[in-house]
Amino acid sequence: MAIKKFAVAAYDDEEVLFPAVSKVRKSGYKLHDIYTPFPVHGLDVAMGLKETDLHIAGFIYGMCGTSTAVGFISWIYCSDWPLNYGGKPHFALPAWIPVTFELTVLFAAVGMVLTFCYLNQIMPGVKKHVFHPRQSDDLFVVALELNDSVSEQEALDFLKSTGAKETNIQRAEASWWYGRWDKAEPYEALNA
Amino acid sequence: MNDRFEIPARLRNTSLMLIGVGVLTLIAGIAFLLMGHNSTDMDKTRFWAVLLHDSVFFTFITGVSIFVQAAVNLAQGSWLTAYRRVPEAIGANVWVFGVITLVVTICIIFGFSTKGPDGHTVNLIYRWVYPAGDKILEGKSAFLNKGMFVGFSAITVGLWAFFGNKFRAMSIAQESAPKNDTKIYWKVFRLSGLFLIVYGLSMMSTIPWLWVMSVQAHWYSTLFSWYNFASSFVSGMSLIMLWVVYLKNQGNLELVTKEHMHDLAKFMFAFSIFWTYLWFAQYMLIWYANIPDETVYFKLRQQGPYSVIFYANFLINFVMPFIILMARPSKRNYFTVTFVAMLIIFGHWLDFFQMIMPGALGENWHINWYEIGTFMGFVGILIFVVSRTLTKSSLVPNNHIMLKETTVHIA
Repeated sequence: MAIKKFAVAAYDDEEVLFPAVSKVRKSGYKLHDIYTPFPVHGLDVAMGLKETDLHIAGFIYGMCGTSTAVGFISWIYCSDWPLNYGGKPHFALPAWIPVTFELTVLFAAVGMVLTFCYLNQIMPGVKKHVFHPRQSDDLFVVALELNDSVSEQEALDFLKSTGAKETNIQRAEASWWYGRWDKAEPYEALNA
Repeated sequence: MNDRFEIPARLRNTSLMLIGVGVLTLIAGIAFLLMGHNSTDMDKTRFWAVLLHDSVFFTFITGVSIFVQAAVNLAQGSWLTAYRRVPEAIGANVWVFGVITLVVTICIIFGFSTKGPDGHTVNLIYRWVYPAGDKILEGKSAFLNKGMFVGFSAITVGLWAFFGNKFRAMSIAQESAPKNDTKIYWKVFRLSGLFLIVYGLSMMSTIPWLWVMSVQAHWYSTLFSWYNFASSFVSGMSLIMLWVVYLKNQGNLELVTKEHMHDLAKFMFAFSIFWTYLWFAQYMLIWYANIPDETVYFKLRQQGPYSVIFYANFLINFVMPFIILMARPSKRNYFTVTFVAMLIIFGHWLDFFQMIMPGALGENWHINWYEIGTFMGFVGILIFVVSRTLTKSSLVPNNHIMLKETTVHIA
């Protein structure tokens, strides 16, 4: 949770956005994030984001589901309340496979959805600063994080030179917060 | 773009050597097992059962190539187009293995019989040929009889051979068609739908019942054909993968990128799991119901002399592909996909071995010079005929409607 200073640029064309992103990366400015109305193929590569590790998390969640199912069912049938079903052994693994499979899928799916939400900072009731109201409509919005020693005008000029349609400087909460919009974002006071 | 494949001397020599090994094995098999002066009934059964196993296995895994083309054509998929000459070449050679299977099964049905201990004539592989008072086999004789067997087999092999060659011929005809002409495309589209009906009525139902399940004629399982199909499909995809990797290594197929390999590897991964699902579905219901008529199948396989193969089957065909191919980078790595493809083909060869051998040979199974030699012979035939077909046209399907779409494909 920290209030930071951002230089924000809005582009209206993918063909301008991609060269602009590579110029930003070469210039040394810290790229905070890019907001687009739809998934833009190849933008993750252009931004230099690394391959997600979400699937490794999914594997671990799946293994948790498997061991929960096998552990719990075997505790019930072998130790807590052993019953004789059709002369089968108490440890009747084949009969448990369907349940084990379902629990593996359930854990992996739910765990991955929650992890995905956490990584992307989205969740019901959770707020994030919106850099531009049209970032979910028809503009591609690039936010650069500035520190105090950078000239604001220089950053804005640089963004204009990459073909941005609109540019401005914003002070805003960088990460997500839970609660009301104005709880962490006194816009007017910050940007006065 | 003209991308011609010329058979390297090394490949030709390897295939001829493998065929040579196969022929020598066949001759030795005839000399020692079939006609040897002290060969027992078991030896003779082994001779035929091994030939049956290999010819059926290779017919099934090559037939998959036609099915893949038909399914992808109907779904209007473009991912196969970059290397569609490979499944086309494999599919156009299904007739070779189909004819071998026909010859072997007809020899078994009409030419292989012995006197049982009670004086009746028995066929030690297809026992339904001489029901001889057996109530269960007589009850099934409306379907399990010589006429039905030969009829279904001949029609199936004929239709597979027809469609396999037709798809390839029409794809090549597209090369000389006017640019962007969709006439052939839609004709292939309609034929693909027809072929799926043929395939559904053969590979996914009757043919595994006749060729494979009737070896243990008293026993039946309703999802046996699906199980056979899953087994064949995953090894058929692995076979296509091996050819694509080989051609890539030879410098051909420049349109094929890692994205296309990734798609094929996904099929190998996903259908290994699908196979396991059917394998387990068949096993669990029989295990749970515990009816002696049904459990007899697993008595020999799981607890009897085949238990090694039974568990190896699960390990090779599920655990290893599942773990090795799970990560994304290993689906895009030439070494891992080649390794897993060979593993899967060997694993499903073992799977068919344990479907056929217990019914025919009982406890006296071998994997020895005869089994391995025959397998090598069939691999030799496969390499020889497919590589010969691949040389006959450009490896790039020029003028194909999906060509642009396949070059920009991302898995």
